[in-house]
Amino acid sequence: MLLEVRHIAASYDGVPALHDVSFTVDEGEVVTIIGSNGAGKTTTIRTISGQLRPDRGEILFRGTRIDGLPAHRIAEMGIAHVPEGRRLFNRLTVLQNLLVGSFTRRARAEEDAMLERVFTLFPRLKERANQRAGTLSGGEQQMLAIGRGLMLQPVILMLDEPSLGLAPMLVDEIFNTIRQIAREGMTILLVEQNVRESLELSDRAYVLQTGTTVAEGTGAELLESEMVRRAYLGL
Amino acid sequence: MDTTLLLQALTNGLLIGMVYALISVGLTLIFGLMEIVNFAHGEFLMLAMYAAFWASVLLNLDPMVSLPLTVGGLALLGLVTYRGIIAQILNAPMLAQIFATFGLGLFLRGLAQYLWSPNFRTIERPWLGQISGGTVNLGGVFLGVPQIAAAILAGVAFAALYLFISRTRIGLALQAVAEDKSTAELMGIDSHRMFALGWVLGGACVGVAGAVLASFYPITPTVGILFALIAYIVVALGGFGSVPGALVAGLLVGLVQEASPILFGVPTTYKYAVVFALYLVVVLIRPQGLFGRF
Repeated sequence: MLLEVRHIAASYDGVPALHDVSFTVDEGEVVTIIGSNGAGKTTTIRTISGQLRPDRGEILFRGTRIDGLPAHRIAEMGIAHVPEGRRLFNRLTVLQNLLVGSFTRRARAEEDAMLERVFTLFPRLKERANQRAGTLSGGEQQMLAIGRGLMLQPVILMLDEPSLGLAPMLVDEIFNTIRQIAREGMTILLVEQNVRESLELSDRAYVLQTGTTVAEGTGAELLESEMVRRAYLGL
Repeated sequence: MDTTLLLQALTNGLLIGMVYALISVGLTLIFGLMEIVNFAHGEFLMLAMYAAFWASVLLNLDPMVSLPLTVGGLALLGLVTYRGIIAQILNAPMLAQIFATFGLGLFLRGLAQYLWSPNFRTIERPWLGQISGGTVNLGGVFLGVPQIAAAILAGVAFAALYLFISRTRIGLALQAVAEDKSTAELMGIDSHRMFALGWVLGGACVGVAGAVLASFYPITPTVGILFALIAYIVVALGGFGSVPGALVAGLLVGLVQEASPILFGVPTTYKYAVVFALYLVVVLIRPQGLFGRF
């Protein structure tokens, strides 16, 4: 198992956000965590990438515990976290943002090849390489955020709400890109409010409710499930 | 108005302004990186000048020869200050952060007074002071060789720092941490190491400045106060966290300070008052400073 999250609980300044979250991601899989606003999706990802320490539970990466390690050490292992709201370095250029993404020694070794791959995936980023990130459109910013995440040479790519705040046409474009990255063999952990689109492209998915994983299944199973249809698809 | 006199003043202003820029850039770098103001910055400068002084007295080394030692020593002081004090108060309330560095400054000043007495010290026969009798005549404008050397070395150090920040991968990481620490960590950047590096670079800059000032400026335990005050003004003028801003504002302060007695007939004893007045005007009109990034 590549990533294993076992019964984690986490809180912000004593306010509990996660109660009991468990799930696994295997090599080559696309796994989605769906849930409504405030269910704890972002907190779950932040706990994995080391931005937040879990109060209880264990997180294992390739069988080794990583909970409690500082964020930069977790990134060095190849766990990429593309944060919600993109969080680009707006004062830096597009190219500089990508080069910050390949800061680790591990990523630097394959930097040129990955840069070319990112530019093939997002030709617009190549056109705008020397433009400041802050001047990009919303869709381009999301592309850059994903591209910067890829520059880490991830073993697993964690995407937090990549479709948030984008126009419907761009949402499709981003999901197509994720599909393509997955086809090239990347393991992906996706957190989304856009339930239908994300379940359609996932191998497996988990449902998160008030900080607890309450259901799991293949993407197709959850799309059919009564609970998901009622709670998240409005059917 | 006497043109030669004005040229003399403007050149003096540029020369000292370059040193101001170098002193200030260390301050602005640390602030840009972690939003902490080093209130012991002036005392760092004072220690650098004493390092040059004692190297000259005890080891018979000219300040120019001991410069690498001074720079290394101050870089180390920066590192120790970060690890020993700043790292402990990173998440503390702002008042605690202010008093920590302010207290360090007071302590260092007191320590210098206790160890080395409050007396003025000057370095005997510095090497730079003997080149062509210590001054050169450029068409009626007389420039001190130590001052010229100080400006040149400060310029070189400033340029090296700028290139390091803008052209290297570590420099890029510094910029990333300055803009968004927690996101930079997601890229595998150790923000604590970058903070420590900021303090090392800040110490090294003030080390160069202290070493070059020691050749022509009297050294006392309180020598840092005026320089630090000017550096705060330069940083605020240039824009907190802006490296190019520190250069422009440093030169501007130097020019204003030296030219105002001639241009406006201000008595030389009040030349700093003009600098402070300029500062007040700028913060009223443009509170983010000239190159501010708010």
